[in-house]
Amino acid sequence: MGELRLMKGNEVIAEAAIRCGCDAYFGYPITPQSEIMETLMAHRPWEESGMVVLQAESEIASIHMVYGAAGSGKRVMTSSSSPGISLMAEGISYMAGAELPCVIVNVQRGGPGLGTIQPSQADYNQATKGGGHGDYSLIVLAPASVQEMHDFVILGFELAFKYLTPVMILADGVIGQLMEKVELIDQRPRWTNEQVAEISGNWATIGKSASRKKHIITSLELDSSIMEQNNIRLQEKYSLIRSQEVRYEAISCDDAEYIIVAFGSSARICQKTVQIARKKGVKVGLIRPITLFPFPEKIIAEYAAKVKGFLSVEFNAGQMVNDIRLAVNGKTKVEYFGRMGGIVPTPDEVETALEQKLLRG
Amino acid sequence: MTEEIIIAGFGGQGVLSMGKILAYSGVMQDQEVAWFPSYGPEMRGGTANVTVILSDERISSPILNKFDTAIILNQQSMTKFESHVKPGGTLIYDPNGIVKHPSRKDINILRVEGARLAIEMGNPLTFNMIVLGAFLKAKPVIKLENVKKGLEKSLPERHHKLIPLNLEAIEVGQANLEVVQTV
Repeated sequence: MGELRLMKGNEVIAEAAIRCGCDAYFGYPITPQSEIMETLMAHRPWEESGMVVLQAESEIASIHMVYGAAGSGKRVMTSSSSPGISLMAEGISYMAGAELPCVIVNVQRGGPGLGTIQPSQADYNQATKGGGHGDYSLIVLAPASVQEMHDFVILGFELAFKYLTPVMILADGVIGQLMEKVELIDQRPRWTNEQVAEISGNWATIGKSASRKKHIITSLELDSSIMEQNNIRLQEKYSLIRSQEVRYEAISCDDAEYIIVAFGSSARICQKTVQIARKKGVKVGLIRPITLFPFPEKIIAEYAAKVKGFLSVEFNAGQMVNDIRLAVNGKTKVEYFGRMGGIVPTPDEVETALEQKLLRG
Repeated sequence: MTEEIIIAGFGGQGVLSMGKILAYSGVMQDQEVAWFPSYGPEMRGGTANVTVILSDERISSPILNKFDTAIILNQQSMTKFESHVKPGGTLIYDPNGIVKHPSRKDINILRVEGARLAIEMGNPLTFNMIVLGAFLKAKPVIKLENVKKGLEKSLPERHHKLIPLNLEAIEVGQANLEVVQTV
């Protein structure tokens, strides 16, 4: 068993980055995730492993530093909160287009605009439907505990390199500020140049030998017939991800007549709602999508044939509910409940919504 | 066993660090723990509060609106959180600065004069540990030996010389818990 510690979600992102052998972090401070860079700076990993930690001049600079470093086959990450992620959107689209691996952490706060520093999940659509321009998707992981904040950094890098795509960890202010027990992995070394050559030598810009073709990392292709092929290749990759990488947790669903669907910290609140409602004799379960892209549509479609209704609980105006409706395809009722602008609902509030919208509705 | 606690007072009273020590002590006792603070501008003055959950089981929601125990250290927090104690639950408060004392009849009400006792101990910074002692007397959910280990874990090494003083403050709090009403 690894080292056990009590840590904040934000701190553990930094700790996991160092321990998994990440090569570089570029970022710019913003509440409620500033502890990520603060923790990295306090650890001074550049003295131990040579990992680069740099505060860039802006989020735009950060994401393009990530682009550059990722192009050399290194494991690179950045983190921000909602407004900062909007600034990065162009760079993220470029990375998806150039098929570059990286991990991006979004510890969401309430918007739109500068909004509030309190927790929110209002960037669901931005994370899962693009955010930047063009036909691309990110793999989106939604941690619901401090342990998952740790685990998803490691998983994020694995998936990013497996599919050559940016991976987003979509957290929020609750999970970022929450402190829980976490089991840490043992320190792993950074990849050596030989390992980088072995893993990414067929695409990365790691120095060209006389015998091989140039590696060009770009999203630009002015010949539309080639550009269409590039798009087809990307879409095939996303199809593969859809078929291979769906992750979810189903709690108390076996005998459920109603199912709450919630991700991240909303799922934690809804777990308590399930306990409260079950004590009252209501047969309710919880499906927690762990990957938001790929969305666990198959399991929802399966339950759609069995249950009397779904309730999507989100800290936004109702975004994931649309993906649930697509999966349910009219077979049963799908309702939404949420709070916005940094207000987080309590388990009782969700239980009342469940009664009003599904049980009596 | 699950104990859902809110600790609320002014920023600077040691509310968050008291919660952290309690959470660390829970870890030392092999419990599941969650510590969730109010964050934002209130860190720079104004009210601060933290939810601490100790449990033998996996913890569901870190966001709660009903608590087994409320530890209340200023009037604003009294106004805000008295109604959030579960019926049959416990409210512990320091009467210092309280103008409207708790009035509910369906909860246990206990008090500890933390601010006064801290001054008598000659170190106002012992305040939060006196209050923690009072809590542990009212709700002995954590063994004292594990609180000691929790202090060792949560305080940086350079502050370890202060652990005996902190333990003394906890004892003072335990000895000075006053019962206002029990249900």
